[in-house]
Amino acid sequence: MLAAIGVMAILAVAIGLVLGWSAIRFKVEGNPLAEKIDAILPQTQCGQCGFPGCRPYAEAIAKGEADINQCPPGGEEGVKKLAELLGVEPKPLDEAHGTPKPKSVAFIDEQTCIGCTLCIQACPVDAISGAAKQMHTIIAAECTGCELCLPPCPVDCISMVPIAEDLPHWKWKHPVVMMKKIAETEGA
Amino acid sequence: MSRELFKFKGGVHPPEHKAESTSRPIHAAPLPKKLVIPLRQHIGNPAKPVVEVGERVLKGQMIAAADGYISTAVHASSSGTVVAIDLQAVPHISGLPDLCITIETDGRDEWVAHAPLDYQAMEPSQLRMQLRDLGLAGLGGAVFPSAVKLDPGASHVCSTLIINGGECEPWITCDDMLMRHHADEILQGVAIMRHLLGSTDILVGIEDNKPEALDSMRSAAAKLDFAVEVVKVPARYPGGGAKQMIETLTGKQVPSGKLSTDIGIQVFNVGTSYALARAIHHGEPLISRLVTVTGHVLRPQNFEVLIGTPMHTLITLAGDRDGTTGVLMGGPMMGVPVPNLDVPVIKATNCILVKSKELFPPLPKALPCIRCTRCADACPAELQPQELFRFAKAGDFGRAQEYHLFDCIECGCCSYVCPSHIPLVDFYRYAKGEIWAREKDKRAADLARERHEFRQFRQEREKKEKAEKLAAKAQAKRAELAAAPAAEGAAVSDADAKKALIAAALARAQAKKSDAAPKNVDQLTPEQLHQIEEIEARRTKIRELARKPLESEEKKP
Ligand code: SF4
Ligand code: SF4
Ligand code: SF4
Ligand code: SF4
Repeated sequence: MLAAIGVMAILAVAIGLVLGWSAIRFKVEGNPLAEKIDAILPQTQCGQCGFPGCRPYAEAIAKGEADINQCPPGGEEGVKKLAELLGVEPKPLDEAHGTPKPKSVAFIDEQTCIGCTLCIQACPVDAISGAAKQMHTIIAAECTGCELCLPPCPVDCISMVPIAEDLPHWKWKHPVVMMKKIAETEGA
Repeated sequence: MSRELFKFKGGVHPPEHKAESTSRPIHAAPLPKKLVIPLRQHIGNPAKPVVEVGERVLKGQMIAAADGYISTAVHASSSGTVVAIDLQAVPHISGLPDLCITIETDGRDEWVAHAPLDYQAMEPSQLRMQLRDLGLAGLGGAVFPSAVKLDPGASHVCSTLIINGGECEPWITCDDMLMRHHADEILQGVAIMRHLLGSTDILVGIEDNKPEALDSMRSAAAKLDFAVEVVKVPARYPGGGAKQMIETLTGKQVPSGKLSTDIGIQVFNVGTSYALARAIHHGEPLISRLVTVTGHVLRPQNFEVLIGTPMHTLITLAGDRDGTTGVLMGGPMMGVPVPNLDVPVIKATNCILVKSKELFPPLPKALPCIRCTRCADACPAELQPQELFRFAKAGDFGRAQEYHLFDCIECGCCSYVCPSHIPLVDFYRYAKGEIWAREKDKRAADLARERHEFRQFRQEREKKEKAEKLAAKAQAKRAELAAAPAAEGAAVSDADAKKALIAAALARAQAKKSDAAPKNVDQLTPEQLHQIEEIEARRTKIRELARKPLESEEKKP
């Protein structure tokens, strides 16, 4: 009996030590809520929310310093997801921060580009390649469509091109016509 | 005969309509003037063109190469000249064009050099590469590159090999006709599969509504030097689905989210097996296939068709009729409407089904779901279609996934039995598409986050490097100055060094200033200098006067 109690006591101490040690050793870095919010944000890094990127906005939301409806690229769906995560009522997008636009990528008119590198410095995701006095090109697969490269260009040679729907990007539409019919019958 | 069969859950019995197209022999469709060959005919990466516009190509010549592991090559179906490599209409529900190679045929149908392969002497991986270069892909509908499916993977064997001759979908008879007329070649293909997969248990499943095919396959199997069991299975849609065929023959269920190979079973369509035999024993790439043309046509039948042949030529051959209301590629249950009849026959085209109002009366208006659960009874994947519908309609894709949306094989049994005529499958396709799109967006966002964080890290690093460089420079200067007094033998404190540094900087600034001073005063007469002095004195006086009131004001408060 005593031996059993002794064993249990030793075990308890040992496990306590292990748990205590691992709590320190494997401490979660950063703010887990901000982390979760950042995972929902679209990572366009456009700054329309009023913060210098998605991560700072996520941190501001986590601290309760910013509202959840300030990210136009995330759209209504993003607001809904944030509301769900935070357990609050979703609200319409705050128009003061802009409205959602169709997803686009930047395109440089290579005839006009003077190779000033100003756009390279503005791009938050290093999606522009080029060097001083040489023509610059956008890596379309990496461009988030944030439009931050447009204002610095001294010769206005960058334009935003909406992503065209092609076969690999095509997806089934919501069977809308049918839905209308159902709505009609349901309403009747 | 003795094999115990199992029953998969659900399923339906739609009218078969098979007899229409089996009464006529297989005809070879004539060579069209133009072949339009899409580069995306299979699952995986589209093939990459290896020919140029204007180039003459021969029948069977590779015109686009496989791109990556899950991909397969595409070949010229006849000899002629490449006239275009551009976007053309393809048989896809979206109606969107895709990259195709257009060949103007020269009528000579001249073959490229080709020879049989000694598959038994070849290294398996090398053999699979050959099959990939011969453009082999599953002809049952999924068009998955065969070379990938013929890789038994780490386990090195796939004990059970099932050859699927189910062909459960109404109207379609191309597999039936192939088994009736080419049973020997189908089984030659099976021998090659057996060689690659190391299978010991080989089963051919054929639905009992194809007695001729059963007979012909049985007599061909009897001639083989290895055991192939030809099994008659009860006809019930979708009994020809791979998972359903596996369950019927072996009683095993493929677990949700797993592949049949995970339970040691691989399934191939009879058409794929035939194509494999042609590839190995004749060196012929996949450039033609059997296509059933049926429905609202005068002479429903099967054609041997070159890949790239426009669909309208086949409908004309079979005798087009007035009152056509649309054309499906595939059968009535799983087929997709084609956007127009110029689209080519591709590797996936098993049937061209011409619709009319009489044969396919338009569906009555959809009504709300009454939750009768008839769909759930019919679903062979053991899902709850009414719930999936509810979630998909509401855009609640997370819940749809929890209800195993991705186990849905889009067989259409649920829509078929639904008394409310809800096009349920369209909702599942929509939901799947949305989920895939979201995953893609998520990946793009993760990439953007990573790149943004790297950029911030880089900027931070550059700043630090700059600061370090400046510090190093200052340090060097200090050492240089410290060196002089040290030579005189005096110990110099850090403060002194700083003072010296400032003094040196001041001296430099002074020197610069004097350098910059006007040089036009150097050669003046004493008189002129005197005048200048006077002016300067006056200026000082004025300055002093100007400063005084300011100072007195400051003292006031
Ligand atoms: S507005 Fe732009 S920067 Fe702000 S969270 Fe949305 S995507 Fe990120
Ligand atoms: S290329 Fe322009 S629009 Fe695209 S991510 Fe960079 S700055 Fe934004
Ligand atoms: S069969 Fe149709 S009406 Fe009945 S539960 Fe299923 S979806 Fe609803
Ligand atoms: S389409 Fe999907 S949900 Fe409907 S019966 Fe077939 S497997 Fe079940």
